[in-house]
Amino acid sequence: MREVAVIGVGCTKFGEKWESSFRNLFVEAGALALEDANLSGQKIDEIFVGNMSAGRFVEQEHIGALIADYAGLATENIPATRVEAACASGGLAFRQAYTAVASGMSDIVVAAGVEKMTDVDTEVTTDVLAAAADREWEGIAGITFPGLYAMIATQYMHKYGLTREQLAQVAVKNHENGALNPNAQFQKPITLETVMKSTLVADPLRLFDCSPVTDGASAVILAPLERAREFTDTPIKVLGCGQASSSIALHDRKDICTLDATVAAGNKAFQMAKVERKDIGFVEVHDCFTIAEICAIEDLGFCKKGEAGKLTEEGYTALGGKLPINPSGGLKACGHPVGATGVKQVYETVKQLRGDAGKRQLDADIGMTHNVGGTGATVVCHIFGRA
Amino acid sequence: MSVARFWRKQQNRYNLIGTHCETCGRYFYPPRPFCPDCRRDGKIVEHKFKGTGKVITYSIIRSAGDQFKFLTPYPLAIIELDEGTRLTSHVICDIDKIQIGMRVRPVFRKLAEEGSSGAIFYGTKFVPA
Ligand SMILES: CC(C)(COP(=O)(O)OP(=O)(O)OC[C@H]1O[C@@H](n2cnc3c(N)ncnc32)[C@H](O)[C@@H]1OP(=O)(O)O)[C@@H](O)C(=O)NCCC(=O)NCCS
Ligand SMILES: [Zn+2]
Repeated sequence: MREVAVIGVGCTKFGEKWESSFRNLFVEAGALALEDANLSGQKIDEIFVGNMSAGRFVEQEHIGALIADYAGLATENIPATRVEAACASGGLAFRQAYTAVASGMSDIVVAAGVEKMTDVDTEVTTDVLAAAADREWEGIAGITFPGLYAMIATQYMHKYGLTREQLAQVAVKNHENGALNPNAQFQKPITLETVMKSTLVADPLRLFDCSPVTDGASAVILAPLERAREFTDTPIKVLGCGQASSSIALHDRKDICTLDATVAAGNKAFQMAKVERKDIGFVEVHDCFTIAEICAIEDLGFCKKGEAGKLTEEGYTALGGKLPINPSGGLKACGHPVGATGVKQVYETVKQLRGDAGKRQLDADIGMTHNVGGTGATVVCHIFGRA
Repeated sequence: MSVARFWRKQQNRYNLIGTHCETCGRYFYPPRPFCPDCRRDGKIVEHKFKGTGKVITYSIIRSAGDQFKFLTPYPLAIIELDEGTRLTSHVICDIDKIQIGMRVRPVFRKLAEEGSSGAIFYGTKFVPA
């Protein structure tokens, strides 16, 4: 296998973007990534695009070809493939792109993610997202995504004594980081009280425990490491890559509070990267709900089960803490355009490692991403370092 | 969910019919046609569940999709049947009453209704035992 580097990154602002269509979101992110890599479109060998549900959000399938076409590449006839794993679609598109370059099959490959969620109303969105769970045995029972993660939270609080305040602190911290990110949907710091008094969505989770409904796209460009310096002075190397699956339904997990696919994907990425937990400078984790961030920190092996709430409360995971989690603001503050999120995590990690992250800049050599589909039926992790 | 798609699982949903692996003794509801422990060595037979069990975890759903809006707010739970298998269900009880460990028993109820097409789906739900 060849070594692989990220040579360019692009991301739209995330938010409720009434003025942007599905295809324009992608074109915007793609153009930013090409510009960043100083690359012309004709040099691209292949595209992978993560997208969860354009079919239901904008009644459009056949996303690979659509995107290649509107990126101005129809006449180049390059392969373009859509990748779907619910909210992990973006991370998975990145893994496919990585594999394509590492294997020698393609040289210059785009990994993108895009989702246009706000053209339908919230009830439809809730139902579309529910398709990431088991439609026949969870969907028919009336689950919602906030509801599934709420059941993780209920059990977790019962078992480990996690407090409502500790959970809320995850949101406070992520909004604080988001306030420093010009691409974030929410750029205002919030107080603990705002979270604690927000509307209940699925007990014990409230509005401010949830990632919002978002439009956005992100794109990154990969190349073999040996060619990376043709395009950039700051290539970021992919050190490790791990993907895992688990039961589609939450009720079939051995332990409701552990995303075993996170454990497996994280371990694979660490083994491949040959780095230790203590070498990691920051992690972009999949905080679709506050409880998800708590579980991620533990399941990735950064602390024991039951300890992440206390660490969060003590500031261990804040920007100035020992292990900053979600310097971008995470899904909570950046917003969560489901197919785009996994690629946005890579975008943030590359920005940080290049020293290009503006006001939220960290001093770190190695960063990690963690992208989850459903309640943990698919998990994709990557570890990055400077080349 | 289309009527045909629902009908295919109707016997399971009406009568809590799942499966049982005679090789290792595991029970499955929702039914599985293939035992994840024994794989090709598993011998799968139908099994009618008693339906009694307990709440493993729960939430109160206050914001739902179109098909379940009429029910909000409703308690949703992961239930462990006494045979050891787990499922997800609406528990019909006061939203303040549900708690971890609560014993439940099955009842036959409306599961969901499909907008203006009028299709109504029935099946098994749970109430405090
Ligand atoms: C929680 C949720 C149901 C709220 O949706 P909603 O009730 O339609 O909310 P609205 O769009 O009416 O927003 C009401 C206000 O709250 C704000 N808001 C909405 N969601 C928010 C969130 N998650 N965090 C903070 N503020 C939020 C809006 O900006 C709006 O503010 P405004 O009145 O100042 O404009 C929705 O965001 C949701 O479903 N989130 C989860 C998404 C999900 O499941 N993703 C997949 C995860 S795996
Ligand atoms: Zn068996």
